[in-house]
Amino acid sequence: MEKNNLKGWLYLLPAFLFLGAFMIYPLIDVFVYSFEEGYNSASQTFFGVGTYNYSYVLHDPYFLQAVKNTFILVMITVPVSTGLALLISVALSSIKPLRDLFQTVYFLPYVTNTLAVGLVFMILFKKTPYSDGLVNLLINWFGGNSVDFIEGPYWAKMFVLCFYTVWVVMPFKILILTSALASVNQVYYNAARVDGTSSFRIFRKITLPMISPMIFYLVITGFIGAFKAYSDAVALFGTDLNAAEMNTIVGYVYDMLYGDSGGYPSYASAAAIILFTIVLTITCINLLVSKKHVHY
Amino acid sequence: MKIVLQHLTKKFPSRNRKVREEVVAVNDFDFEIPNGKLVGLLGPSGCGKSTTLNLICGLQKPTDGRIFFGEDDVTDLPPENRGVGLVFQNYALYPHLTVEKNIRFPLENLKGADKLSKEQMRDRVYEAARLVQIEELMDRKPSELSGGQQQRVAIARALVKMPRVLLLDEPLSNLDARLRLQTREEIRRIQKQTQITTVFVTHDQDEAMSISDLIVVMKDGIVQQIGKPQEVYDNPVNLFVAKFLGTPPINVFDGRVQDGRLYIGEDAILDTKGVPDQEVSVGIRPEGFLLQEDGPMHCRLSRLEVMGRDVSVVSASEYSQNPIIRAIINAENSIDLNAETIRFAVKPQKVFIFNKETEERILL
Repeated sequence: MEKNNLKGWLYLLPAFLFLGAFMIYPLIDVFVYSFEEGYNSASQTFFGVGTYNYSYVLHDPYFLQAVKNTFILVMITVPVSTGLALLISVALSSIKPLRDLFQTVYFLPYVTNTLAVGLVFMILFKKTPYSDGLVNLLINWFGGNSVDFIEGPYWAKMFVLCFYTVWVVMPFKILILTSALASVNQVYYNAARVDGTSSFRIFRKITLPMISPMIFYLVITGFIGAFKAYSDAVALFGTDLNAAEMNTIVGYVYDMLYGDSGGYPSYASAAAIILFTIVLTITCINLLVSKKHVHY
Repeated sequence: MKIVLQHLTKKFPSRNRKVREEVVAVNDFDFEIPNGKLVGLLGPSGCGKSTTLNLICGLQKPTDGRIFFGEDDVTDLPPENRGVGLVFQNYALYPHLTVEKNIRFPLENLKGADKLSKEQMRDRVYEAARLVQIEELMDRKPSELSGGQQQRVAIARALVKMPRVLLLDEPLSNLDARLRLQTREEIRRIQKQTQITTVFVTHDQDEAMSISDLIVVMKDGIVQQIGKPQEVYDNPVNLFVAKFLGTPPINVFDGRVQDGRLYIGEDAILDTKGVPDQEVSVGIRPEGFLLQEDGPMHCRLSRLEVMGRDVSVVSASEYSQNPIIRAIINAENSIDLNAETIRFAVKPQKVFIFNKETEERILL
């Protein structure tokens, strides 16, 4: 028995080595960095150990702005994209003709490059000396005034960012949900029909519980993905996100490492650990909530 | 509630687009199921029995023909307005709901004048649960139940809305042999107790014979014979029905009628006065053989299978259409195992002759 155990660990060793070297060690390292005050990356020296890095980051207005932006982004895009994806998937699975075409169309954004899509969104929304952009054109048609979505007021920029994020994350969700819907056994619908169940009740009482594990998966990964948003903001507003008031937490970490104000790995580590804590907390809450509503 | 099926026909478009042939699943089904009876639809797989059930419950629309429940024409009604309870082959219990909620589900759909209060629902649910004896399982999820218990829950769910007609699709096929015997008695008991007209589908003739008031034997969408189980067994209208009913199955021989006698090979086994000379298929039930030393029929003896009360004599003959001939005789008979041939006499009422081409029964 003892010998077998040893053999087992031996088989696991390669996996442990790689996981340790590339996943666990960096995590611990970031944690250590975040407590080293006044760390200098050139000389690899630091003055002392303490919580100053955290205090600095938490008092940095750029960081607070980034946290606010990230939270708004998460709270809007996750429910909206999941809800919309559910609606579209249900619609897709209830039509027969052209379903394949629509499925392809809805999946296109997933295989399109983020930056290319950002460029297209710029053209749609940006105000230039020559044109107000397609969206403003539409607004003008309906009697509204032009808004500068890219360099204008905060809410307009946030709207574009949320719109863009929802648009980018939807295809994957639609893909997952259409296959989840297709995997619900038709016999349950037949049983419900014989019992005279209304279609709304069938959806609420049968379809939703049956696909709840998939919805839950999408919500969790959606939260995590949205908290880690960065490239979307860059694609729309350029690399100087602090100036545009559109920075995200990951953007802040990146700026601290490499940006104009770069060279502060300790601050970056502290911010990363704070992000880690937030994501962990939210995921735990999700798990607790899901216990009641998800049926495996 | 009697069920009247008038010239019921269901055609499906062919899957193969090149061949524009339609598949006729049910062909001109014309029958009246009397009130309060338990009827078994019996046939090999693909014979249209499940389609017939779906037509009765309304999940599929007939291509032709009408369906009446009592005097009401329900052909164009959706399933929910027909008042049918359906038990699915795999039960289709909602996996995320407890047994109690599963049974209550149909009641919660009732609207308007039929709407029930919480207490009424509870009473009805427990009444149905009592009927199928699952009151102690009400808080469990379907995944925590055995197959037989799931079956009972499914029946309770079908009965709770007090349907006019109860339909069961292969109700016993997912149960093991012992549970199958028990459950079929249970279905019989519930049906007797509720007096609901019940139709069930099965491919197992034992099942159909044992509990049905009437059986309907189907083949390729066409009804072959309808009758009380024993009548159909004793008087099959054609070779298919004769072969389909009975375990062990009937023995079929190539034979001929000549000068008013039935021959298998050179053995004249029976007088058949009035039947014109022709080639025939001869069916002899296993219990239709009598061990007799000077009997008219001879076979090559292969082996004996002793099954307690009976002995099954396995033999062979070049005229048999099956590789073996099985005769069931009383265990008290002594048989010489070293003998090469064995001789039988036959019981005339257990011998059926069929036209060689049409396979229709030729009455003696």
